[in-house]
Amino acid sequence: MTALLETRELVKRFPVRHGLTRRLAGHVTAVDGVSLRVEPGETLGLVGESGCGKSTVARLLTRLERPTEGAIRFAGQDLADLDETALRPVRRELQMVFQDPFSSLNPRQTVRRILASPYQYQGLAPDEPVERLLERVGLRPEHADRHPHEFSGGQAQRIGIARALALRPKLVVCDEPVSALDVSVQAQILNLLKDLQDEYGLAYLFIAHDLGAVRQISTRIAVMYLGSVVETADRDTLFDAPAHPYTRALLSAVPLPDPDAERARERIVLRGDLPSPLNPPSGCRFRTRCPKAADRCAAERPALRAIAPGHEVACHFPEWNEGNDQHSPEWNEGNDQHSPEWNEGNGQHSPERNDGNGQHSPERNDGNSQHSPERNEGNDQHSPEATP
Amino acid sequence: MILYLLRRLAVTAAILVVICAASFAIFYLMPADPAQGACGKACSPERIAEIRATLGLNRPLPVQFWDYLVGIVSGRTYGTGAQAVNCPFPCLGFSFQTDQPVWPMLTSRLPVSISIALGAAVLWLAVGVAAGVVSALRRGSLWDRAAMTAALGGVSLPIYFTALVLQYLLVVKLNVLPYPRVVPVTQDPAGWAQSMVMPWITLAMLYAGVYARITRGEMLDSLGQNYVRTARAKGLPEVTVVRRHALRPALMPIVTIFGMDLGALLGGALITESVFGLPGVGKLAADAIAGADQPVILGVTLFAAAFVVLANLAVDLVYAVLDPRVRAVG
Amino acid sequence: MTLLTVRDLTVDFGSGIRAVDGLDLDLDTGQVLGVVGESGSGKSVTSLAVLGLLQGATVSGEIRFDGRELTTLDQRSLRRLRGDRIAMVFQDPLSCLNPYYTVAFQIAEAYRAHHRAGRREAHKVAVRMLERVGIPEPERRARCYPHEFSGGMRQRVMIAMALCLEPDLLIADEPTTALDVTVQAQILDLLRELRREVGTAIMLITHDMGVVAGLADHVVVMHQGHAVERGAVRDVFRRPQQPYTRGLLACVPRIDGPLPHRLPTLEMTG
Ligand SMILES: Nc1ncnc2c1ncn2[C@@H]1O[C@H](COP(=O)(O)OP(=O)(O)O)[C@@H](O)[C@H]1O
Ligand code: SF4
Ligand SMILES: [Mg+2]
Repeated sequence: MTALLETRELVKRFPVRHGLTRRLAGHVTAVDGVSLRVEPGETLGLVGESGCGKSTVARLLTRLERPTEGAIRFAGQDLADLDETALRPVRRELQMVFQDPFSSLNPRQTVRRILASPYQYQGLAPDEPVERLLERVGLRPEHADRHPHEFSGGQAQRIGIARALALRPKLVVCDEPVSALDVSVQAQILNLLKDLQDEYGLAYLFIAHDLGAVRQISTRIAVMYLGSVVETADRDTLFDAPAHPYTRALLSAVPLPDPDAERARERIVLRGDLPSPLNPPSGCRFRTRCPKAADRCAAERPALRAIAPGHEVACHFPEWNEGNDQHSPEWNEGNDQHSPEWNEGNGQHSPERNDGNGQHSPERNDGNSQHSPERNEGNDQHSPEATP
Repeated sequence: MILYLLRRLAVTAAILVVICAASFAIFYLMPADPAQGACGKACSPERIAEIRATLGLNRPLPVQFWDYLVGIVSGRTYGTGAQAVNCPFPCLGFSFQTDQPVWPMLTSRLPVSISIALGAAVLWLAVGVAAGVVSALRRGSLWDRAAMTAALGGVSLPIYFTALVLQYLLVVKLNVLPYPRVVPVTQDPAGWAQSMVMPWITLAMLYAGVYARITRGEMLDSLGQNYVRTARAKGLPEVTVVRRHALRPALMPIVTIFGMDLGALLGGALITESVFGLPGVGKLAADAIAGADQPVILGVTLFAAAFVVLANLAVDLVYAVLDPRVRAVG
Repeated sequence: MTLLTVRDLTVDFGSGIRAVDGLDLDLDTGQVLGVVGESGSGKSVTSLAVLGLLQGATVSGEIRFDGRELTTLDQRSLRRLRGDRIAMVFQDPLSCLNPYYTVAFQIAEAYRAHHRAGRREAHKVAVRMLERVGIPEPERRARCYPHEFSGGMRQRVMIAMALCLEPDLLIADEPTTALDVTVQAQILDLLRELRREVGTAIMLITHDMGVVAGLADHVVVMHQGHAVERGAVRDVFRRPQQPYTRGLLACVPRIDGPLPHRLPTLEMTG
């Protein structure tokens, strides 16, 4: 399969000025050598904490920003140096959905005008009525003549998605599309994105800091830290057998909505803060917070390399846990935060595992330390019966 | 920081040169002949030619301008030989009307302008800010509405009207104040204050209205900030919450406009000084305009501009001291 | 022992907007009560009502704190309670700290509002608190301004400020929502530790079920201004009785467990 989108060593630097004197304090390397691939019809999830460069990557890919270095190949064409005229035909196939649905919709235009704008920009006649487009994203036809402020956040995001879909693109870059929404609305938007993908064979680059949302929607996932990708893997591998210490810390930091599992697991709590991107650490960018950092990490920057097919890690000492039998000593240490069956299961969690949960007596739950491997506390909400 | 200051000063100087050039061009390109102005009504053509030569008026305009600039920084000499007149640094030329050098004329009138400006400033700051704060704290109350109406009135009343009403009331009717005159503060502080009260009130009425409205807006803004809620949640007394956490941030933008207003006023309060007949820089300007005294008009323009531009610089520096976010990474 | 009892709390912002509508809450000394719900369910309004900080709202019902009725308490006594016995931590630490004062000043200020203490002494308390909440180089950082801190460090400052008087009750309104997940883990750890050592009761307001699961003893699920479900945290998570609670738990995509193709949704407008 040839990639729909591929970036090579993408770099973006911004000048930084400070204080009353607007002194040039240096350059931030917001994106520092990012290479990504998105195949047709798949969803690549891009996760990382705020300021790690996710949004800049999105703005580079959609060429709202020009990269300082590197190449962006989309459908066989290099976008890195194209000007706005040359980009116009590309924008038919490459669209974007933003985090804040309201600020990305012109408040003075009706939904009808908003949804016509992509066609106008391309000099095309709309190939389907606005009403039809609205239905596709779960809105009602009579919404067409309203203004953005008359909608809730979730509805406004649906309009943003409809606008992105109007031209039937091949790839939609979604930058934190559900972060501003309430949890129940998030679920609806995630479902909508999935349905649209099933229907039109779209590919997504789905950017988010919420690992649950990323897991729900992605087929493959890339994890960013301080401007660089530190790990890429298919979804199940990333969640079940993360190899980069940062990915592992990130996963262990996500609170589980399950009191017993949450209290029993051992968290890898990272020390300190994200270093300033103005003055990043030498060698491995993560070494100032990495529990495994060694001398080599300061001296030599780890390159992203494959440790298994489709699984790339930028770390000198990745956790080697593809098959669970070959546990390295480090792996066993770090293992406690997952219950053992979690690693065995690797994505094939079956609903039957919830059986017998009803018999848990409260007393049994008190002693978290006696946590037995067979127990699957708190999984009830995943069982089909429990969902409304 | 030093480098920054030097750069700002250089920019300030450059702005002044540009203002100077613009005023120079306007005044010297006007149809009125400066030599005629300098000589007076009954003047022989020979005398005019002579004056032209002395003032350098037959030289190209850029050269005249250059001479003017050189005069400002190092003084200059008009004419040659026995008729040479020395104009010491900083030379802004001689008044056509009085033959006095312009610079001492300006500096001798400065104390009056400063008296008027500073006194009025204290008054309008106190009244305007206080009224604005109270209005914000009692938003929508009777006081708020009354104060804001009064502020609007103060802003829209013309200065000469206020001045005349004040004079009529305080001097003629009630006889509580003497008519404004110049009393140096060093000799008789009480008399000085008495003579200045009316100009102060006149100016302050105008500015206090503006400041009350701005203060009210800024206070409402800062009272709605989350850190004010935090301050209350800490159990601070309401007075402290308002003073420390709401007023302090609200004063920041006021510092800016205050600096600009004060700068502008130090360069002369034209109407106020004229109405009360106080010999400040503004009165000098008014007289010079009436008498088409071009060197004086040019001098006052530059002088006033210098105050405004320097006030601008001062405001930026004060801001940096007051706001840790600007100060921090220097 | 009961510390806080809220009965039939109703908050009306006029023109028929009932932000809180007949809410009951109970919190025992030293316990952590999780209050979960979607935005607009009335969580923040409830917390402000407890502190008497709501402006332009009609509050009715009972709020009993340590045997005293707060809704009828005079401003002076209420002020004495705030900060000293009931402290609060808010969602967005940057906007909640005053940009014009050093963090030590803002902590010391809270301390001095309730103690006769000189500047120097209060500053020492502030530095000690900063150290307590895990801020490196507390002596130096004490003299820094809020904008010089990262988001997580700012929230630590807020916590230091809230805990410097060892209150009986800490109300934390979405204390980690604005933070990254690894920083959230640090702050939750800190809260857990402080709770263990200081014994402060916590009313933990959040929309994140995971945060409640890790920290709370009891939980109240809020929807449209009132409690739809309440109980011990294990019972509510294991056997949610109400469809709303079940939906809220199920619609959040998780990082573990089975992966549904589509997420179950709460049927509401969206
Ligand atoms: N000052 C106010 N005036 C009017 N309505 C308000 C005010 N503050 C909050 N509300 C309304 O009260 C409801 C509950 O708000 P809030 O307590 O902030 O919810 P939560 O904290 O659960 O997200 C919302 O509908 C909100 O719009
Ligand atoms: S290279 Fe070293 S510092 Fe970097 S993640 Fe791997 S072990 Fe940690
Ligand atoms: Mg809230």
